[in-house]
Amino acid sequence: MKKMIYLDNAATTRTAPEVVEAMLPYFSEFYGNASTVYEFGGMSKEAISKAREIIADAIGAKENEIYFTGGGSESDNWALKATAEAYKSKGRHIITSKIEHHAILHTCEWLEQNGFEVTYLDVDEFGVVKLEELKKAIRPDTILITIMFANNEIGTIEPVAEIGKIAREHGILFHTDAVQAFGQVPIQVDELNIDMLSASAHKLNGPKGIGFLYIRKGIKIRSFLHGGAQERKRRAGTENVPGIVGFGKAVELALNSMEERAKRECELRDYLMERVLKEIPFTRVNGDRTNRLPNNVNFCFQFVEGESLLIMLDMKGICGSSGSACTSGSLDPSHVLLAIGLPHEIAHGSLRLTLGSDTTKEDMDTVVEAIKEIVTQLREMSPLYEDYMKKNN
Amino acid sequence: MYSEKVMDHFKNPRNVGEIDNASGVGTVGNAKCGDIMRIFLDIDEDGIIQDVKFKTFGCGAAVATSSMATELVKGKTIQEALQVTNKAVMEALDGLPPVKVHCSLLAEEAIHAALWDYAQKNGIQIEGLEQPKNDISEEEEEEDY
Repeated sequence: MKKMIYLDNAATTRTAPEVVEAMLPYFSEFYGNASTVYEFGGMSKEAISKAREIIADAIGAKENEIYFTGGGSESDNWALKATAEAYKSKGRHIITSKIEHHAILHTCEWLEQNGFEVTYLDVDEFGVVKLEELKKAIRPDTILITIMFANNEIGTIEPVAEIGKIAREHGILFHTDAVQAFGQVPIQVDELNIDMLSASAHKLNGPKGIGFLYIRKGIKIRSFLHGGAQERKRRAGTENVPGIVGFGKAVELALNSMEERAKRECELRDYLMERVLKEIPFTRVNGDRTNRLPNNVNFCFQFVEGESLLIMLDMKGICGSSGSACTSGSLDPSHVLLAIGLPHEIAHGSLRLTLGSDTTKEDMDTVVEAIKEIVTQLREMSPLYEDYMKKNN
Repeated sequence: MYSEKVMDHFKNPRNVGEIDNASGVGTVGNAKCGDIMRIFLDIDEDGIIQDVKFKTFGCGAAVATSSMATELVKGKTIQEALQVTNKAVMEALDGLPPVKVHCSLLAEEAIHAALWDYAQKNGIQIEGLEQPKNDISEEEEEEDY
């Protein structure tokens, strides 16, 4: 296989070798069930505690506020459905944004079918939630505000501190889906007034199938999976010990390298954006140029469709992703790109490239040359480009 | 996700381009659903399609179905070209994923639209050809949860 340039780290990341190494003993050596009384099972229990401590520290929480789950989607489902259930006597209104991940949006739609009302806030052209609209949307029966920490497609970082403050002032719970942000930018739940937070290990070089939900102490939230007494009786099921250990290790590594990694990725990200904007006409960057995740770049190439672009990049060994309708199986392009006001035909031509710790400047140069060649080729084939050129020449 | 034939037609699309003073040009689809196909036909006095070219804005399947459709109608009579259905295009490509079936419909529509344009320009009627719809996206079903 030719050299692959992997630029889809927002989809998933390579599990770090150190993480795999930390996990390995918990498959065949220390495989005991953490709920048992014998010492051997205690090894697993101890490993879980250690990982929980690392993770709690990472967000400034207490250990008994961290609940391990099967991943980001489960955490989001749990936070929303269980809060709705526990607080429905207070009210049945939830506020979210139009650019959330589908784990939030589809859960909100499900709640709407089950007697709850949801307000979907607009965002500005950069994908930032409008705080004035948030304040206006708050009602006496609002029980929950759920706004993502950073957007998975365009990387925009939301004004979480302000949202947390508004929620707290109104006595409303605040949940944030931090799946893309955790491990990339510093997060402190107390400073930001976050009551619940979802995260997933595989976005930060941890293993797949393990996530957590932070639930601030004192919040009434029912168990989501019923069964054994694991996770303080809130999430039944034998713990995924290797996964939890790997998550702990991944968080430790991510925190240690965060500052340096962010600096490096920002430089590469800005270099990539500048070169593409300068060298390829009819191109735009989606999201804010600076207020975005260090590793996220999102372009739209006018007159070009995203899936074709992705397949041609793949032929050159470059892995990226697109908000194109064709990659999702529906006909509508990305709800995020539509929410920031892009017309359909432009939203169809998007390309998301998300950098990782092993991305190099040479990779960026290779990618710019590849995109240039492919976009030119696809535009030559595009009736939209033909029409545009005839009209403007 | 795609068959080898689809990938072959996507990587090496046949008959890409334009025909100056084409006998008929048809454009279908819309930018909203992400696919636009334009087919150019060069039809001689005997009603044989001598040349055909296409331009497409769309996904891999849209490019491949356009390419295959042009191959299937090249050298054919108008009546034979009318028989090139979306099913024929799909079969020739060894199938398409279910979400991409609309691309093959678009290819059929594009040929019909180009033939319709030819008929209009020449003041003739083509048996079995109806005025093509401009937009086929409305027939698509909703995403389910």
